[in-house]
Amino acid sequence: MSTPSAPIPRPLYGLVAEFATPEELLEATRRARSAGYRRLEAYTPFPVHGLAEALDFHQTHIPLVVLLGGIAGGVGGYFLQYWINVLDYPLNVGGRPLHSWPAFIPVTFELTILIAALAAVFGMLALNGLPMPYHPLFNVPRFALVTRDRFFLCIEARDPKFDRIETRHFLESVAAYDITEVEP
Amino acid sequence: MSEETARPPGQHEPGQRPRTPVLEPGYTYGSVTDKISAITLSRRTPLGWWIGFGLAFLLVMMLFFAIAYLLAVGIGVWGVNIPVAWGFAIVNFVWWIGIGHAGTLISAILLLMRQQWRTSINRFAEAMTLFAVACAGLFPVLHLGRPWFFYWLIPYPNTMGIWPQFRSPLVWDFFAVSTYGTVSLLFWYIGLIPDLATLRDRSQSRVGRAIYGILAMGWRGAARHWHRYEMAYLLLAGLATPLVVSVHSIVSFDFAVAQLPGWHSTIFPPYFVAGAIFSGFAMVLTIAIPVRAAYHLEDFITLRHLRNMALILLATGLIVGYGYGMETFMAWYSGNGYETFMQRNRMLGPYAPMYWLMLACNVLVPQVLWFRRVRSSVPLLFVIALIVNAGMWMERFVIVVTSLHRDFLPSSWGMYYPTIWDWATFIGTIGLFVALLFLFLRFLPMISIFEMRELVSETEGGEAASQAPRTTA
Repeated sequence: MSTPSAPIPRPLYGLVAEFATPEELLEATRRARSAGYRRLEAYTPFPVHGLAEALDFHQTHIPLVVLLGGIAGGVGGYFLQYWINVLDYPLNVGGRPLHSWPAFIPVTFELTILIAALAAVFGMLALNGLPMPYHPLFNVPRFALVTRDRFFLCIEARDPKFDRIETRHFLESVAAYDITEVEP
Repeated sequence: MSEETARPPGQHEPGQRPRTPVLEPGYTYGSVTDKISAITLSRRTPLGWWIGFGLAFLLVMMLFFAIAYLLAVGIGVWGVNIPVAWGFAIVNFVWWIGIGHAGTLISAILLLMRQQWRTSINRFAEAMTLFAVACAGLFPVLHLGRPWFFYWLIPYPNTMGIWPQFRSPLVWDFFAVSTYGTVSLLFWYIGLIPDLATLRDRSQSRVGRAIYGILAMGWRGAARHWHRYEMAYLLLAGLATPLVVSVHSIVSFDFAVAQLPGWHSTIFPPYFVAGAIFSGFAMVLTIAIPVRAAYHLEDFITLRHLRNMALILLATGLIVGYGYGMETFMAWYSGNGYETFMQRNRMLGPYAPMYWLMLACNVLVPQVLWFRRVRSSVPLLFVIALIVNAGMWMERFVIVVTSLHRDFLPSSWGMYYPTIWDWATFIGTIGLFVALLFLFLRFLPMISIFEMRELVSETEGGEAASQAPRTTA
């Protein structure tokens, strides 16, 4: 948290600027990055391609989480059946081998998919920090339009380059539609 | 994708007909949002909704009554006995689970194939999947004889010191159906989160804001969130695609692994999967056509959607027809007396009308879909969809009952007649399905709002931008 030269009447979460189109938001995000801002987040009513790249956000870790989930499900599923039907509770069905692996494939497959899917969903939620019952941006009345047709860019106060006045000037220079201070 | 829609209309059609768009022009991000969310957020519930839901609710009560009677008296209230131990329960199970497959196909496979037209139908197709799986799941459990012990199928350490037998297709089935139900639910819910946030922000009532707010889990459309979200959604689609193929394959193993003539056949898995998609698309059409008329959604669910679904119906219908042909051919070509007898018994035996009706419904009637004029006629498509739904139910009846009722020894032959309780349970699940669908239409957005906004941005391009007011510092 940097201390700007101007006195701060109240602590601030950041400044949020509103845009009418994804193109304007994308342009503003790129310019904010090149102006040196790092603690940025863009908010949109639908996924806008190129925005994550403009925020220099590439690694989602989701594929890795899903892969690990799938491996755990597959290996665990096969071992579960092997342990039950071969080791713990061997059952002679018509003299067929106890370790009749082809018969174990369907359940192994289903458990691979199940655990991978659970990992995808809960991994995504956890990495996104959801569920999050409170967020400072919900205090901004116009921010409700983020789920309708408006696009927002928030520069957070913990950005080293953040300054209440300077940042507002910067946002005005990128043609923001409306700029609001966000209380924490 | 956007390139394709940017082309002048009529590019893809051999004739000079204009290509029907997937979204009628003139919509903005705001107007699609308002139009779809208004259906859910409106305080006035249409009278038609109350009538439809009321009738379905009566059928749900009948279902509960039939189940209670079954639990109280026993499995003998159904018409099942030896030799036909699998009656309506398994027929209905396979029918319902097949219906669900179209939802996953639309939401997952068409997503991976980047078929834009899926957007306005995927949400309720997924809901349909979920409700169909719920109806399907009831039947094998009720058919157990002692349904209250259904959890014995789950491998858990128990005081009896026993474990499930993993070489049995019935155990595979349990894993397949429960995985399918879980993954379908996750897929549906994940798709709903951004729209629940929309409803939270637009709801006028306190209760609505609280409930949608809890369900939306604090979604605020952050770019990083969207990035992870899209990745997770894509991977889920990739996982659901082989899953949907595996589920009906495993359902078909319930039959194919048995050594009964008429069941013991290697064509079963692909033939079942194609049949599932066939019946599922018929059900999507059956639901989409009245819903788009009732809620005036013709701009979102256009004729293009209906025509595309009709084409899928035609294609999968041909695969199913091939399956029937192959069964008959193999019965003759195998030279196996039991196989030949089974096939002749299907065609000429006591259940022969079912067989011929099935062929008429599933093979003959869909051939009219070769004609564009038929594919463009909404009432005709609705009638064809209903016929296919009925035909696919008869297919499962033919497979289950005609194979069982006359097998190897004439001394053990018998007939199966459904009782009133069989019918009450079957019709009751239709009521359950319809009632859940009515609740869904009332309380959740039936079309994915954020994907429609995406569609607007892809199809209209900068149109929304030029209309928007701007202020400059």
